[in-house]
Amino acid sequence: MIQLYNVSKIYDNGVKALNDVSLHIRKGEFIFLVGPSGAGKSSLTKLICREELPSRGQVVINGRSLARMKNREVPYLRRKIGMVFQDFRLIANKTVFENVAFALEITGASNKDIKRAVPPVLRMVGLEKKARMIPAQLSGGEQQRTCVARAIVNNPVLILADEPTGNLDPETSWDLMKLFLDINRRGTTIIMATHAWDIVDAMKKRVVALGDGIITRDEESGAYGYES
Amino acid sequence: MLRNSWLSVASIGTIIISLLILGSSILLVLNVGYIASTVESSLEITVFLEDGVEQDRMERMEEEIRFIPGVTAISFVSRDQALDELRRSFGERADILSGLDEDNPLPNAFRVKTREAEMVPAAAQQLGELSGVEQVRYGQGVVEKLLALTHWVRIWGSITMGVLGFAAIFLIATTIRMSVFARRREIGIMKMLGATNFFVRMPFMLEGMTLGLTGGLVAALIINFGYLSLLSKVMITLPFIQLISDPALIYQVLGGLLGLGFAIGALGSAISLHRFLRV
Ligand SMILES: Nc1ncnc2c1ncn2[C@@H]1O[C@H](COP(=O)(O)OP(=O)(O)OP(=O)(O)O)[C@@H](O)[C@H]1O
Ligand SMILES: [Mg+2]
Repeated sequence: MIQLYNVSKIYDNGVKALNDVSLHIRKGEFIFLVGPSGAGKSSLTKLICREELPSRGQVVINGRSLARMKNREVPYLRRKIGMVFQDFRLIANKTVFENVAFALEITGASNKDIKRAVPPVLRMVGLEKKARMIPAQLSGGEQQRTCVARAIVNNPVLILADEPTGNLDPETSWDLMKLFLDINRRGTTIIMATHAWDIVDAMKKRVVALGDGIITRDEESGAYGYES
Repeated sequence: MLRNSWLSVASIGTIIISLLILGSSILLVLNVGYIASTVESSLEITVFLEDGVEQDRMERMEEEIRFIPGVTAISFVSRDQALDELRRSFGERADILSGLDEDNPLPNAFRVKTREAEMVPAAAQQLGELSGVEQVRYGQGVVEKLLALTHWVRIWGSITMGVLGFAAIFLIATTIRMSVFARRREIGIMKMLGATNFFVRMPFMLEGMTLGLTGGLVAALIINFGYLSLLSKVMITLPFIQLISDPALIYQVLGGLLGLGFAIGALGSAISLHRFLRV
């Protein structure tokens, strides 16, 4: 589903974040991106959602090269990708329900469709009772689950999560992982960049390790490894 | 809008002032044209003839006058008719003119009309060059003064309107830019969720258009009430001057102001979004 062919990313300031990376991701996979800080994990996720373009090489999603994609097509790519961030990125003056609904609003969905689609997703992440609260009234884990709900509400084919457990305590992190497993079992591909070695070790999923912009390790049901 | 309330007020205020200037200039120019066309004498040229011009020369002169560009009507006023008119204008005190019957000092004359007030000066000059003409008179300079006035109103109105219009567009653009800046986090989220450019930009376009429309509306209302009170004041104190009171024409001017306010708002926000919100 996603292929990277000899991808390099050199930022404007000359920093080489990725160096000749090739990677193939199949539909329905659950992949952990690991590696020390500055290894290029976030850069890789940004290339996949076309927040950045590769300096060299090709990123192909569903047979389409992102470099050749026109700017006005990018929104439709992003609607197929659910993004989850360490800092949640919720809108402060919208309720949980509205934040989740927002992902549908921007696609031009009708009110009726929104009212039908949001409650089951909130139930799935266990937030149906907090639907009317605003982010400031929620715990970190609840905010993160709101963010996940927003990411999955329009049935994305891919979830891109950049350190989604970075601000969560271990127990809440595990709740989120169970949620991700659930979503993954329904066929959604998940790519998750993380430093949480215990989670990676326990989940026994594919692990792609980056170091200094190159792939140092890529194994099915792997472990976090020793560098950290 | 509350976030940038001062800037919003400033941009609306600038729009109002520039549209007020535009609106009053337009109404002034239209009214001067209207007055010039309604005040008969200002469109009428009186051509006094030398004494002793023969009858057939006068007939040929009439033909020559007919060929002067812009001339639409000619009438001959003999010296006797002129005296009658003069007498009528004196009414009950006409007896002071009684001595003039035997020795009428008034000359024969043509009264000439032109199609447009603007054509009067040129026509008058040509009339003065005809042989047998003693003197040409028209509106004692009223036409020229009015036309000169509208000329300057047009020029200065356009200049101030242009400068203030640019200032208004700039202020709108700045307001929208601040708005974009204040909501850049939300914009980032929208883009991440897959919002189209149109969707991201629309609220800011609407904000600019609302500012513009508000300015246009206030200006139109001020012009409307100001002009209506001017109309009634003039009607009472200067009844011989007729101003434009055709509601259709006034509403056209007001509608134009509203539309222009809207256009300024739309243009300002479009410029700002083009420069500061490349999505
Ligand atoms: N927008 C940018 N402009 C310039 N350099 C950047 C930019 N983003 C990242 N970098 C650099 O690219 C390199 C890789 O950064 P990246 O964020 O991909 O690392 P990471 O693996 O996500 O690290 P972390 O685990 O700390 O999040 C770093 O050296 C970083 O300084
Ligand atoms: Mg990172």
